[in-house]
This record gives sequence, structure tokens and C-alpha cells, in this order.
Amino acid sequence: MSAIRVLIVDDHRLFRSGVRAELGDSIEVIGEAEDVESAVRTIAELQPDVVLLDVHMPGGGGQEVLRRVLGPGSSVRFLALSVSDAAEDVIGVIRGGARGYVTKTISGRELTDAIRRVADGDAVFSPRLAGFVLDAFASSEAPPIDPELDSLTQREREVLRLIARGYAYKEIAKELFISVKTVETHVSSVLRKLQLSNRHELSRWATARRLV
Amino acid sequence: MADRQTIRDAAPAPPEAPALPRLIRPVEGRLVAGVAQGAAAQLRLDPVALRLAFVLLTVLDGIGAVAYAALWMFTSREPYEGREPSRDWSQVAAYGAIGLALMALGWLTGTSTGGIGAWPIAVGGIGSLILWQQADPDRRQRWMNSTVGQVRQNRVRTLAGLALVVVGAIGFLVVTDELGSARPGVMFTLVVVGGVALIAAPWLAALWKELQRERRERIRQEERAEFAAHVHDSVLHTLTLIQRNANDSREVMRLARSQERELRNWLYQPKQDADASVAAAVRRVAAEEEDAHGVPIEVVCVGDCPLTPELSAMMQAARQAMVNAAKYSESSVVSVYAEAEPEEVTVFIRDRGVGFDMGQVPEDRMGIRQSIIGRMERHGGSARVRTEPGEGTEVMLTMKLEKT
Repeated sequence: MSAIRVLIVDDHRLFRSGVRAELGDSIEVIGEAEDVESAVRTIAELQPDVVLLDVHMPGGGGQEVLRRVLGPGSSVRFLALSVSDAAEDVIGVIRGGARGYVTKTISGRELTDAIRRVADGDAVFSPRLAGFVLDAFASSEAPPIDPELDSLTQREREVLRLIARGYAYKEIAKELFISVKTVETHVSSVLRKLQLSNRHELSRWATARRLV
Repeated sequence: MADRQTIRDAAPAPPEAPALPRLIRPVEGRLVAGVAQGAAAQLRLDPVALRLAFVLLTVLDGIGAVAYAALWMFTSREPYEGREPSRDWSQVAAYGAIGLALMALGWLTGTSTGGIGAWPIAVGGIGSLILWQQADPDRRQRWMNSTVGQVRQNRVRTLAGLALVVVGAIGFLVVTDELGSARPGVMFTLVVVGGVALIAAPWLAALWKELQRERRERIRQEERAEFAAHVHDSVLHTLTLIQRNANDSREVMRLARSQERELRNWLYQPKQDADASVAAAVRRVAAEEEDAHGVPIEVVCVGDCPLTPELSAMMQAARQAMVNAAKYSESSVVSVYAEAEPEEVTVFIRDRGVGFDMGQVPEDRMGIRQSIIGRMERHGGSARVRTEPGEGTEVMLTMKLEKT
């Protein structure tokens, strides 16, 4: 298996070099970018497998990069990396097209795992993101517009709960007597719902979290 | 007069005077009887303006003189000890001259004929002045507040009021068959008002914008000051402590972690009362134990509900579970997940540490048996502990909620 080609987009130089040093041998860091402009340019130039994307950056932040890069025919995958715990940031980058969200306190080994998972087309949920999603989909005062997209299945809820409880995918598989692949399928399905659902409650919920 | 007595009692203490004190006639600086000066103090105006107004109103059918006399009668004099200061007669003469000049001008041009129509206004005005004067300060304050409040309430109401006045005036003129004769005057007035509005509009708009800008700027500055104060009190202070403790990696870790949590809460968490809500209580317990034991405790909360006595007991059990995980598991991080559902509240405390064999725990180990399982059962909940040597530990606490 060839090394996964990764681009680090973050406006803190110290953080970029820190991540570079921490990533394992199976990851090849092919470049760095420090703002929206250079990120968009470098992604077009280098076509990395995975972009480690900082949420807060000068010039519009991670969401702006996603908006300008993602489109038909784009094969670049994004993993959002942030110090922020704000629900609107988390939900915002996921709905913008990132395939995962981890906080910057993540260990090098876990980050390597997450990058590999995103490169394989799976989704990466941190416990906090799982908590946000459960919270957002729980408040169902209004009937769902599209039942397939607007609500989680019982199994998906169980998987998200275990992620929120701090379980790794392997531990979840063991707990629910299913394969790791099935766990990944459930998480990807949740990601798809999160990105495509038109539930106005999602955005309203995120706004409410910010305002109070 | 009973009123006079109360005024005299109240007057000698000006620093504690109510916001809208009763009108009194000061002795010092008076020109005739001190009415204009007293009224000016009441209205927070320059006495000169009021004196001129009295003079002008006197020229117009003598309303000013009547009002002055009425106020003189119905107000009391400021208590004054010692010899009264003499009046500044030159000023009195100046006002008199202005009055005479105005009267001459009015007589020459014939404009001072307010006619009999001016009298109701004078009577009404003096009547309300007397009412105002006799009302107690509280009631006056209330009148002021309600008036100001109404004006501020909204623009729609003001516009509606204006429209009503205009309609009423036109209606009155129509009924009294005077619309035809008044029309040129009304048209002329409208043109003048429109012209003035046109001239003043850009200036008013600029003034309004400037006011808004200043207000925004002030709010921004206040926010910046608050932010700076917060960063100074917390972050800068912690950074100093970290530099001092640079050799003690455990302490540095603890300081950084607790500062991070504090800043995160300040930035992202809604302000919650930790004595009132489950989510806030879980976060607080975790924060306290994290500080006490130096092991990061990651908290995820889903949903929230008010804290009942049973849930408070649950929080104590959760605290004990966190203490155990932080102290004995040797795990580098503890995960706490709390979920509040309509029927029940669940809290999971999990570590990936050494774990233990439940069968080997001695009967007298209070932590798990009494503080966690026993406490939950005593309050109608349940606790389960899943652990194996080398597999970490997970404590699951469940409390059913009473249906209200």
C-alpha cells in the first residue's frame, strides 16, 4: 500500500510542524498551506488524497476552502481539525463536505488512524461530534420532511452513543456483535444524513447553541 | 397649608432630592419672585429661556403674566435664612425693555392678536401646571415614565398618532365649514414643513447614523475591554504559572488543561447553572475531579433536564466513578457521556486503564459498592460496572425520571 498523500492546511506554523512530526510512516505530508487562497491553489496543484483542514483561518476558514474545492469530479477528501467546540463550527464543516472532525488534542496515532479512514472513504466521528449529532437529531418536534434522511435508525443511534462513550470502532464492533466494516457503514450513513438532511432543526439547533 | 409644611421639611436636604422635585421658588438669583428660575430648575432649562418665554407670552394677550401669577401663588418659596439678597434690577429692566419692544412691534404689525382662542390654551396649560405642581413626586415620576415610554414604544404608534391628529384637525375644519377658508393656510404650512424636512433630512440622517455608529463603537469597546480583562485574568495568569512550573510536567499539564477547559466553557458553552441542570452538573463534577487528579476527563452531554434530588445523588455516584477512574485505572484519559432522555438519565464513565476483577473487590471497599451502586439503588436508580483486568472499566448509571 502506498503512503497516503496529505496536505496540512492551518494558519499556525508550529501546529503544522507538530502534526508533520507526529504522523506515522504510512502518511506522506506533501505540502502545507496557511490560508484559504494558498490552500485552494495547493490542492489544485498537488491533488492530495486527504486534506487536514483547520476550521478557523484567515479568509473565510475551512468552510470557504470546502466550498471552493469540492464539486463534481473532485476526489479530494477532507478531515477537519480544530480546537473549537462550537457546534456551529463542527456541524458547519461537516455539512460543507468534510468527512470527519477531530479536535487538535488528538494523539498522533489516532490522527494517523483517522486519516487512513478518511482516505478509504469512511467517516471519522469524535465523541463530541457524535454527541452533537445525537443532540441535533433528538430534538424532533417537527415531523421529518424526508424520513430516510431526517432521522437516525436505532442501530445508528447505538453506534453514535458508543462513539460518544469513548469507544473505538473495533470496540463498537465487538460490543454490537457486528464487523468493523458494518460500523463504518453506519457512521458513513450518519455522515450522509448530516450532510444532506434538510432538517431546519439542524441549523436552528446549532444557532441556538451559539447564541445562548 | 399642609403642603407647605411638607415642602419645608423636605427642602433642606437637596442631595437626596427625588428625581423630579416639587417646584420651589429660589430666593438667590431671583428677578421678580423666582418663578422662572424655579421652573427652569424643574425643567432643567436655562432660566433666561423661561424668562423670555414669560415675556413673550405676556405680550401675546397677557398669558405669560397670568401663568406667572398663578405659579407664584401655587408654589412655595425656598426657605432662606438671613437677609435676602437684593434683585439684579438692571436685568429686570432689560427684560422689561424686551417686553415693551415686542409689544410695540406686535401693536405696529397687528400680529399679537391671538384672539379669544388663546385663552383656553392658557387656562389648560396653567391647569396642567397646577396639577403637576400638586401631584406627589412619585406620581409625577410615573407620568413622566409613561409618557417617555409611550413615545419610545414604537414608531408606528407615533405615526398613527400624527395621522389621527391630522385627520381630526381636518374633520374639525370640515364640520365647522372652515376647511375652504383654512385650505390655503394648511397648504402653505404643509409646504413649509415639507421644505424644512427636506432641508433638515440629510442632516438628521447623518446625525442618526453618527449616533448609531457611536453606539456600536461603544458596545464594541466594552466587549473588547471585557475580553481583555478575561484573557488577562485567566490565560495570561496561567501562562505565567506555567513558566514558573516549567520543571513539573504534571503541574504544567494540569494548568494547561484546566485553563483550556475554562476558556472553552467561556467561549462555547451556554451559561448554565450547575445547581439546576444535569449537563452543567456533569461538566462541573468532571472539571473538579480533573483538577483534583490531573487526568483529563472528556465530557459529552446529549440533552439536558432539571436537576432533581435523585439526579443530584446520581451526580455524586458519577463523581465517585470519576475519582476511581482517575486515581486507580492508570488510564491517560477518562470519557464521560451523559444523556438526558424524556424518561431517564444515563451517565457512562469509562476508562481504558488496568481494570479489575469485580469478584476480587473486598466487601469493605466503599467506593464501588456503597458510593456508586448502593447510592444509585437507594435513590431508585441502578448502576452497572463492566470491567476485566486489562480491559478498562465502564460504570453505567441509570436513573428513571418521575413522570410529571
